[in-house]
Formats: sequence, C-alpha cells, structure tokens
Amino acid sequence: MTKTKAGLLAATALMLAAPALAEFAPSRPVEFVVASGAGGGTDNFARTIQAVLTRDEIVERPIVVLNKGGGSGAEAFLYARQNEGDPHKLIFGTNNVYLLPHVAKLAYTVEDLQPVAALALDEFLVWVKADAPYQNVMDLVNAAKEAPGTIPFGGSQSKDTDETLVALIEQTTGADFKYVPFNGGGEVGVQLAGGHVAANVNNPNENAGQWQAGAIRPLCVFSPQRMAESEPVSGDMGWHDIPTCKEQGLEIESYQMPRTVWLPAGTEPEVLAYYQAALQKVAESQDWKDYLAKTSQSASFLTGDELAKFIETSEANAVKVFEAEGWTAQ
Amino acid sequence: MGNFDLLMHGFGIAITPMHLMLMVGGVLMGLIVGVLPGLGAPNGVSLLIPLTFALDPTSAIILLSSMYWGALFGGSTTSILFNIPGEPSSVATTFDGYPLARSGQSTRALTLAFMSAGFGALLGVIVITLLAGWASNFALKFGAPEYFAVYFLAFAAFIGMGSAAPMKTLVSLAAGLLLASVGMDSVTGSIRLTFGFEDLLGGISFLVVVIGLFGIGELLSTVQEGLRFRGVASKIDLRDVFKTIAELPRYWATYIRSGLIGIWMGITPGGPTAASFMSYGIARSSSRKGAPFGTGRPEGIVAPETADHSAGSCAMLPMLALGVPSSATAAVMMGGLMIWGLTPGPMLFQTQPDFVWGLIASMYVSNIVGVVLVLATVPMFAALLRIPFTIIGPMIVAICFVGAYTVSNATFDLWLVLLFGLVGYLFSRLDYPLAPLVLAMVLGHKAENAFHQSMVLSDGSLGIFFANPLVSSIMVIGIALLVLPKLVSLGSRFRRRVPVE
Repeated sequence: MTKTKAGLLAATALMLAAPALAEFAPSRPVEFVVASGAGGGTDNFARTIQAVLTRDEIVERPIVVLNKGGGSGAEAFLYARQNEGDPHKLIFGTNNVYLLPHVAKLAYTVEDLQPVAALALDEFLVWVKADAPYQNVMDLVNAAKEAPGTIPFGGSQSKDTDETLVALIEQTTGADFKYVPFNGGGEVGVQLAGGHVAANVNNPNENAGQWQAGAIRPLCVFSPQRMAESEPVSGDMGWHDIPTCKEQGLEIESYQMPRTVWLPAGTEPEVLAYYQAALQKVAESQDWKDYLAKTSQSASFLTGDELAKFIETSEANAVKVFEAEGWTAQ
Repeated sequence: MGNFDLLMHGFGIAITPMHLMLMVGGVLMGLIVGVLPGLGAPNGVSLLIPLTFALDPTSAIILLSSMYWGALFGGSTTSILFNIPGEPSSVATTFDGYPLARSGQSTRALTLAFMSAGFGALLGVIVITLLAGWASNFALKFGAPEYFAVYFLAFAAFIGMGSAAPMKTLVSLAAGLLLASVGMDSVTGSIRLTFGFEDLLGGISFLVVVIGLFGIGELLSTVQEGLRFRGVASKIDLRDVFKTIAELPRYWATYIRSGLIGIWMGITPGGPTAASFMSYGIARSSSRKGAPFGTGRPEGIVAPETADHSAGSCAMLPMLALGVPSSATAAVMMGGLMIWGLTPGPMLFQTQPDFVWGLIASMYVSNIVGVVLVLATVPMFAALLRIPFTIIGPMIVAICFVGAYTVSNATFDLWLVLLFGLVGYLFSRLDYPLAPLVLAMVLGHKAENAFHQSMVLSDGSLGIFFANPLVSSIMVIGIALLVLPKLVSLGSRFRRRVPVE
C-alpha cells in the first residue's frame, strides 16, 4: 500500500470515528443488489463482503443478495433510481455504473447513484494461446497491422470493458483486430484455449486455470507496475513475472477495473458514513486479503474525494475511446 | 485403472458421517427449492454459498451439489402433479407426466420420473469417472459455429419430429424467438424490444413465461371444464412404487438413448434443458406403436428425466475441468469454487485430487440418497392430488405467483404470469403447440449469439458451419432430422395425427 493511500485510510478512519457513526444503523434487512448474474466476478465480490459483514457482525441486520444482471447490469442501477433515498440498499458493480449510460440509452444517469467505496482493482492482461507465434504484445499488434481485421480477439460482452480495451489498443497503435463478443470471461478463456480466437484481455482469475495447465500464456498486464509477488502459477512463472504492457512498448499506462459499491442517491450523509466504515472494516479483514490474493486482484480502498477523482479520470478516458469509436448513445 | 483408484480414494473422503449428513441435508433442501417453482436450484445454491465459507471446500461442494441433485428431483414433482415445472429442465416432463398423473396414475408417474432421474445421474457420474481427462479436451473443440450447430440440432430434433400443424408450430416457434430477443443483445450491446419499459431490460424470464403458460393456463382450462381435477381418485400404495420399478427394464432403449443425449449435452455446454427437450423429441420420433406421446406415455417421462439428470451431472465436468458452466447452477457453484480459492481448469484434477474425486464419489452416494428420499415422498406427493380442486386451485395460483416473484423479485413479472396464463389458455384452446415456444425461449438467445459470433468470425460466410468435420456432421444430422420426417410423410402420403402435448 502506498503512503498516500495509508494516509488517506487513516484520515477516513478519523473522519468516521466522529459521532456521526452512531446516528445511523440499518433498521431493516439490507439488500445487496448485484449488477451481474449469480456466479460472476461482481457476484463473488458482493458475496464475499456479505460473508465478512455477517460473520464479524459488522452489520447487525440480515443481508440479502439480489442479482439484477439484466442489460449488462443496467437493471441494478435502474433499481437504485426507483429506490431513491433508501438507506437499506447497496449496489455492487464495476465501472459499468458510470460507463453504461454513455453507450446505451438508459433511463438512469450516474447522478441517480452515490459512490460509497471502491474496494479492489481487477487487472487486465493480454493472453494468447501457448503455441502462438507472438512473444510479446507488439508481435500481436504488428500481426494485426499486417493483416487488418483478420485476427479474432475474444472478449466478454459488447461495448463493455473488454471491447473498450481492445478499441484502446487499436486507437493507440493503429492495429485492426476482429473483436468477437462472448457472454463472459470464462467462456472467452476456453475459446482461447481451444484456439477459436487468437487473443483475449481477461482478468487474471478468469484465465488462471488455463494458464496453469499451459494451454495459454499472458503477454503483458495493463498496470503502471507489475502485479504483486505470488506463488508460481505456471511452470516457474508467477503473476509478478508478467511484464507491463508499457515495458513492451504498448503505450497504455494503465487499464484497471474498479470493484465499486454504491447507494441510491438522496440518502443522509450518516448513511454513507456508516457503510464506508463498515466496508473499511471488510477491507482490513484477513478474509478480504485472502479473497484478493485468490482472485489476483489488487487491493485499493478508495472513498470520498479520492474515489470521485478516480471515477472522473476513468470515465473521461473511456468516453474518449467511445467517441473515437462512435459508440456514444444519443 | 488410475481413475478407479482415485475414485476409491474419493469414496474414502466422501463417506464420513459429516459428509453423509451434508448430503441428506442438501438433498432435502434441494427438494424444497425444486418443488417451489421459481426458487430453482441456482437461487437455492447461491443462498447457501455464504454459509459454506465456514466449511472446507470438499464439504462445501458436497453440500452444494447435493442440493443441486435434490432440486433436480424436486423440479419434476410439480411438473407431474400440477403441470407447473419447478425447474426449466423439467418442462419436457410435463408433456406426458401431467396427463399420466391426471389419469389416476400419479404414483407411477412420479416413480418413473425419479427412477429415470436417478439412473440418468448415475450414468452421468460413471462417464465423468471414466472420461474425466478426455471429455474436457472434446469440449475445447467447440467454438461458436459448433455451438450453433448443437442448438440447431436441438431445435431440429424437437421440431422436425413434431406432428402439430406446421404453420401452428411455426407461429409458436416464432413467438418464442421473439420473446427471447427482448432485452440487451450481448453481441451488439443494443437494447431491443423493450418499448421503453425498464422492467424489460433484463429480458423476459423464461421461468415466468413457463409458470404462466403451464400453471395458470392449465388452471384456466380446468376451470372451464367444470372446476374439478380429473383423476382425483388415484389410489396410493407403496406397492405401486415397486410395480413401477419392475416395469422399468422395458424402456431400456429409451434409457440408453436419453442417457447418451444427456451426457453429450452436459459435456458440450448445451445444458440439461436442451438435453431434455432433445431427448423427448427423439423418443417421440422413434416410438412406433402404442398411445401417442402427450397422453401419458411412460417413455415421455423416462426420456426427458434421464437426459436431464445425466446432463446435470455431466455439467460438473466442464465446470471443473474447463471453468465453463453448462448450467446456471454450475455457474453459481463455480463462483463458490473461486471464493474458496480453487481455480477451475484442467489442472484442478492434478492439484486438488481430494476435492475433485471426493466430489465425484459424493455424486454416486448423494444420488442414491436422493432417489431413496424422493421415493419415500411419492405417496405423500401423490396424495396431494386427492385434495379437492376448490382447495388446491387457489393454492396453485398462489404458488405460481410466489414462484414467479422469486425469480427476480419483480412485481412486473406477476403481470407477465397473468398475461402468459391467458396466452397458454388460448394456445391450448386453439390447438397451438406450446413446446416450440418454450424451446425457442430457452435456446433462441443462445443460438442467436452463437450464430452472430460465427458470422463475425467468418465475415458473414455461412461456409463456417461446414468448415470442419465436427461442425459439418452435427449440421448434417440436424438437417436430416428436420427434413427427413417430412419427406417420408410426403412420400407415403400418410401421416398419423398426434397432438404435441
């Protein structure tokens, strides 16, 4: 953890220690509304938090998890809008909360939700089949430049994080891939292992099993620095041994997906403070650290201004890609 | 015999008092969620996941998978007794199960279903035991065009053999495809056919439609026919259970065929629902004499149930070995696996032999536990049909609405149930077959996605569906199933008219 982050954590903790804490506590069961189907990354994120909050009795009311994954998660965010000011509903998503309204015409805006915290960053890597001729990411990019529009690049969903990243690679390098959307990361991983697509940009835990088996291998990670040290995953290679894409000459500094928690807009400030404090306890627990290590995500607890700034930058970057691709709705 | 030794080792892990208790508990809980429509296995399993954090992964997966088997068994119960499928995969069981139960043979119908289910599950587990390594390599060969071919085959097997008026089948099929395309399209990311209704963003839930079409629709028909359930005077006797078991060997061909279909659809992610429809369709086409299907033919229960359960157990294989769940419940369990720190993939069999083989061994044991438990409940469930309609009717209405609400806690779905109840009533009055609509709703979206992905890969050339021996042979079988029966019937100028349900 960086010093600034540690400082911020301490500052938030101090802020939260103020008497505001005692002013709100849930009086009814709390609903965790998950913007994905059961079993997905966001679902695991919410259920891990549910387990820690319940077992350590941080939230004393029962917690109910509701999956509303329709429309790439839009269903959950619309639900937040319909339940404006309800302090007993938390919404779990990624960056889709603020990116979806840009690419699809939906009846909610990001103002209908209030960010509570981001608890983790999921990394993106470029993966190819183990016996592919590409040794680093620029080989793949150059191949796509030589034969534009022929190299199939798999990803999950359309105009979502994966396609945005592929578009970003294309815009940065001038390469041209053939993007093929599938339903989820696991499916894309198998399509790659079976050789039906040439590459994908899966998160670490979506491809770890196939990497372990030596069916596919990572080329680089879209992160400012390499991932944390880990046990060797495949052969003698661990997550830390994967070079960053920038090291390999692909000028994309960082592309990460935050795991975020939101409240419907219009709740009292005490409510926000209550959930921030509760989530911070989760972020500090051993179970949470285990979860991050097991799913190879990076720890990152953001609230308040820091979170707002993160969202602003992330949104602006993505919108630039959307505009260049002509995806923006309206 | 490496696998056999590993299996024995697995039994050593699975058969402990603690694990047996988890199996019984899991199966019983599964039965309950399976019997309640809407609250299906995926919901039940995801409710249990937070509880499993306190268990070690092997015990946790034993609990979850036992619940899954229980739910699969339970799902057939309401299909047969009330024409309300508790699980999507037990829709095909209603076609013959319900008529058989109504004719006063509910004990027989339930026993047939449970025994077939148990047989299918065991067949599936045996295949997992023998083919653990090989099957996952086979599944890797399936890309988008191969998936489309499999779905096409499922449609062809079911529709080609259908004997309702072709235009009516077409209308029903098209309506199903239309309903399946509501919501967000995952290939283009655009929102379709929601007409500005926010509630339609997530699409129309298949289960809600089915509960309306079958549950409410059937109820309306019953009301019109004079407020009574026919065949209420069924005698209930445990001896009937044994008599039915004794007649099982007669259906050996159906068992083997359906088991194979289920195994195939479980390994290549077609899923139990597709398997049960396909198996029903093929059983209908290959039967020559006797009462027509849809009027309570025993094979009409045996075929979908066997395929459903062999697919359900085989679905565990791609989940463990590839990280690809071929059923919704498997997807939820895979989420659990990741939370417990296990990475599904080809290496899981090597790195976690205790977990994998403990699970496989537990599948043998818990399915036997399941069959014994459900057979014991047969007289109790069968007795439900003795209750007069004035009492059971309102209860069914309540179950339908509660079930539909539990699917996604949306009040909008209650209106859909009502609407589709009317549609179901009209369909059955006007002799439109419901089955093609249901099939199109289950597979329509998947087939469309696979087709769209194939077209992206091939730059719009249909040649991709005949690009390699695997995909070509599946397509050819599909086309043959679709065209041949019509040609034969045209040729002979003779066709028996049989209602689809």
